[in-house]
Amino acid sequence: MLDTTAFDLRKYIQGNTHSLGVWIVLIALIGFGLMRYDNFGGAYNISSFLNYNAMFIVISVGMCFVIMTGGIDLSVGSVAAFTSVIAAYLSPYGIQVALPGAVIVGLALGGINAFFVVAMRIPPFIATLATMLGAKGGALVISGAQTISIDWGSNFTKLGMEKAFGILPWTIVITAIVVVGLWVLLEKTSLGRTVLAIGGGEDASVMMGLNVTRAKVLVYVLSGGCAGLAGLFLASGFGAGQPLEGVGWELSAIASVVVGGTLLTGGMGSVASTVAGALLLGLVFNILNFENGLGKISLSAYWQMVIRGGFLFAVIVFQSRVANSAKKGTL
Amino acid sequence: MQHLIEMSGIKKSFAGVVALQNASLHIAPGEVHAIIGQNGAGKSTLIKILTGVYRKDAGEVMIAGIPSTISTPREAQDAGIATIYQELSLVPLRSVTENVMMGYEPRTRLGMIDWKTAHKRTREILERFGIDIDVKAQLGSYSTAIQQLVAIARAVSLNAQLVIMDEATSSLDDQEIEILFGVVRELKKAGVAVLYISHFLDELYQICDRVTIMRDGQTVGQHVIAETTKLGLISEMLGRDAAEIEAAGMTALGGGEATEPGSALFEASHISTARGLRDVSVTVRKGEIVGLGGLLGSGRTETARALFGLDTLKSGQIDNLGKGQISTPAEAIAAGIGFLTEDRKREGIVPHMSVRENMTLALLPKLTKLGKLDRKRESELVEKFIKALGIKTSGMEQPIRELSGGNQQKVLLARWLALEPEVLILDEPTRGVDVGAKFEIQSIIRSYVDNGLGVLLISSEFEELVEGADRIVVLRDGRSIKELENPGITEESLIAAIAHHHDEESAA
Repeated sequence: MLDTTAFDLRKYIQGNTHSLGVWIVLIALIGFGLMRYDNFGGAYNISSFLNYNAMFIVISVGMCFVIMTGGIDLSVGSVAAFTSVIAAYLSPYGIQVALPGAVIVGLALGGINAFFVVAMRIPPFIATLATMLGAKGGALVISGAQTISIDWGSNFTKLGMEKAFGILPWTIVITAIVVVGLWVLLEKTSLGRTVLAIGGGEDASVMMGLNVTRAKVLVYVLSGGCAGLAGLFLASGFGAGQPLEGVGWELSAIASVVVGGTLLTGGMGSVASTVAGALLLGLVFNILNFENGLGKISLSAYWQMVIRGGFLFAVIVFQSRVANSAKKGTL
Repeated sequence: MQHLIEMSGIKKSFAGVVALQNASLHIAPGEVHAIIGQNGAGKSTLIKILTGVYRKDAGEVMIAGIPSTISTPREAQDAGIATIYQELSLVPLRSVTENVMMGYEPRTRLGMIDWKTAHKRTREILERFGIDIDVKAQLGSYSTAIQQLVAIARAVSLNAQLVIMDEATSSLDDQEIEILFGVVRELKKAGVAVLYISHFLDELYQICDRVTIMRDGQTVGQHVIAETTKLGLISEMLGRDAAEIEAAGMTALGGGEATEPGSALFEASHISTARGLRDVSVTVRKGEIVGLGGLLGSGRTETARALFGLDTLKSGQIDNLGKGQISTPAEAIAAGIGFLTEDRKREGIVPHMSVRENMTLALLPKLTKLGKLDRKRESELVEKFIKALGIKTSGMEQPIRELSGGNQQKVLLARWLALEPEVLILDEPTRGVDVGAKFEIQSIIRSYVDNGLGVLLISSEFEELVEGADRIVVLRDGRSIKELENPGITEESLIAAIAHHHDEESAA
């Protein structure tokens, strides 16, 4: 069987047209940055860029699973804010307690979403909107609306600062493990395929005898867990639990997922392209910062947002153009 | 003989409405068994009980002599019962392999899906049916026929003892149906039983061994199909006397018996469009049914689209007798033209809206006075049409999706009739509708035609055209090539008109 072992790039591209655009733009943007700015490719920039964007990557990947089933999770930002406070409170006990603590709280909040969406049959938009408000309020209540400083004496601080095996910050390593793990889950397990099948046709999936309930519960719990982890990163990155953070994160995550070629209606999507989408959105800020650093222009944070919005729009248009022409075989 | 499936005394109600009472079904191993009945007779409900989608209220289900414990579709599959639904049963966005293997993927030692083996196995399974396609491609990129066959391949790969095919051929063309029949015969040879549901009685005689007839939630008969006649089956399905049906003819459009047609309503001459119409001329006069005959892709629907202003004319002209140019559907409707499209689900009904709302959707501008909807007049109108067309509904506020296909079609027909059009274009008005409702829809159309409506009828069923139309314009490759006039048209002469021209062309 030649065709199964030989890697045919053209065939691969034609089979993955929906996410082709994001990779092209990402590579182009990296190329642009490398040529224009001196320290862009430096270890420090790469490391701090990934370190800062790690929380957006894990949230986006979790969101990607929910969207692939045709659902949505609006609560991720609030859940991250909530668990950042939890992580800060748990920081005196060390990372070995704070990490599982934050993730478990995230999973539990995801479980609430799952309960309302799957068992009570509330539309995901409404159910997760309620959780978003509830978690936000909860974070303010338990923190007294104050940022909660982490315990600088415990090993919690190692998370964002110390390097695993002396190479990369722990945050990045954990993110990489999560991304690879979820990639395997989606591509290599029956459960992952069920997630995609549900988005492609929920009734058909039931008729095929797939365990739809289990898969739907999984995606919301998973998304909650990812948001919990992001909250942990948030607390370690800022040195404090941030009950007021996380506003609009769900929209950034949705943007990353969509830019990565995942259909908002579900049924198609990829973990790798979602990561690419999240990196792309982060990279725009990174490049704008470098541009400011050149001293020729000075853009405020507000203008950066405007530019990012315009860029997002351009990428999505480009994406659909590429997908269409590749499908027609004109590529 | 030990039956594979034995269902007896099955009862089922939905919210107090009886769907099944004393229904039964007996299927022998390795036989092709048909199940027929009007829409709403309980066929689907009975099957869904067998496959674990619904739970029975009373009765007994035995599989190979053992009482069945199936309560989910998954358990039915594991018990060797596979169902191929007309729709919904596969995921078009995913690959062929995923659709065949989903839920039963081969695993590596680590418990991961072994894609290499999965693709290989899928390819092998499909090869048995003579299908050679790229199994990694999206299922949705293939034709409906291939998708149906993939569904069957999935069923067979699960070692099914019984394959249920629900209206499997309704969206296939003749050649694809032949392939499907070939597969059914192969299944039979392999000892797999097939339960076959279809509105096309002719098909049953081609491949089925026995037939079970249902009416009003009951099993009313079971026969060896070779010992039955078509007329006998219909009369048993409808619960009417065979002689009475014969006297009325198999269709109720009654072409050729109409009074002299009146003045022309529109005249299209030598029209062509970008959609594949090359040169079509057709005239519809008051009080007549004009049929468009031809094979799939001959330009029947395209002609209708052009007349309704959906496609722009490249050349030729349409004379609407002074009603002006039609270039949009809104203008067409204003000029008194209605168009009942072929795709009821996509272009016709709004599933979540009620019967009333669906019926008056196109009529709203006329029912509105100073921006306010005249609800009283609306209700009267809807009530009138429900009665006149015999629409079976619990009330005008019932969501239309809960109605059977035939009754949905009647609502759509009412939507157009309520506009009081002069010309009505009907594209496959009775497709997917059971024999009884078909008869009724045809009678309604004829009674309106008798009162002066002009109808342009598109139908894939030659019988409907031949018996229904006063004239038939024969199309081929986007051209009108011949006109036949009733009385005097027979199925043979229509087929000959289509085929003859083929021969001429190929000889030339």
